[in-house]
Amino acid sequence: MVVRSPLGRARGMGSSKHGVGHFIAQRVTAVALVVLVFWAVLAALNLARGGYEEATDWLHSPVNAGLAVLLALAAFWHMQLGMRTIIEDYFARPATKAVLLVLNVFACFGGGALTIIALLKVALGGGGVSV
Amino acid sequence: MADASRGLRPRPTSPSVWIWRWHVTMAASIVHRATGAALYAGALILMLFALSLASGADGYAAFKGAMGSILGKVVLFGLTVSAFYHMANGVRHLTWDAGAGFEPKTADMTAWVAFGFAALMSVGVWVLAAMTGAL
Repeated sequence: MVVRSPLGRARGMGSSKHGVGHFIAQRVTAVALVVLVFWAVLAALNLARGGYEEATDWLHSPVNAGLAVLLALAAFWHMQLGMRTIIEDYFARPATKAVLLVLNVFACFGGGALTIIALLKVALGGGGVSV
Repeated sequence: MADASRGLRPRPTSPSVWIWRWHVTMAASIVHRATGAALYAGALILMLFALSLASGADGYAAFKGAMGSILGKVVLFGLTVSAFYHMANGVRHLTWDAGAGFEPKTADMTAWVAFGFAALMSVGVWVLAAMTGAL
């Protein structure tokens, strides 16, 4: 019979391959945002010239609506990951850190949900423009 | 007790921002974090755009009015600079992740490129905005 502690069994096995989720998600959203932000800047220049009807027409296009939702998704996700790193760097006290990390998640997921629902409400609001 | 009068030799201290001279790679790193935090606040504008548009013509007009004001334009210009800088320096980070660009001269050069890209793109976008009547 071999008596070994859980640590003894785990040694030499390498990582559990679950520690890199934050790292990978931050990079994947970063790459997506490079493309989406260029698109968003051009879209903003376009929208700035028009008013309400032009903006709703613009969002009725599935391509614009899809990219706008993806922009919100990638941006709010990336924000949450980035601010998490800042909080972990500057707040050593566990209670303070935990509260701020939870607030960060609530702010980013809340903001992301509101933004995406609002975009979809306009995008799916029918083909015609109702003032 | 003769040793005590001499006191202890000062322990070696690790380098800190108070000892290091200001350097472009330091600035690039600090500005990356600062612009990231600024964009966190800037995402509020994306949210307000979507919410005001969903609320109807009056709400969207109020949003556009706020963005078109002097203060709104200053905030939007800051957001433009932040977005382009954070994007350029983010690509710099991605090349580091790939294992390239660590040589001091290369890192210095790419830091300047990131600052230059942010300045040129921001001015370019706002000139384009003025030329196309988006202001």
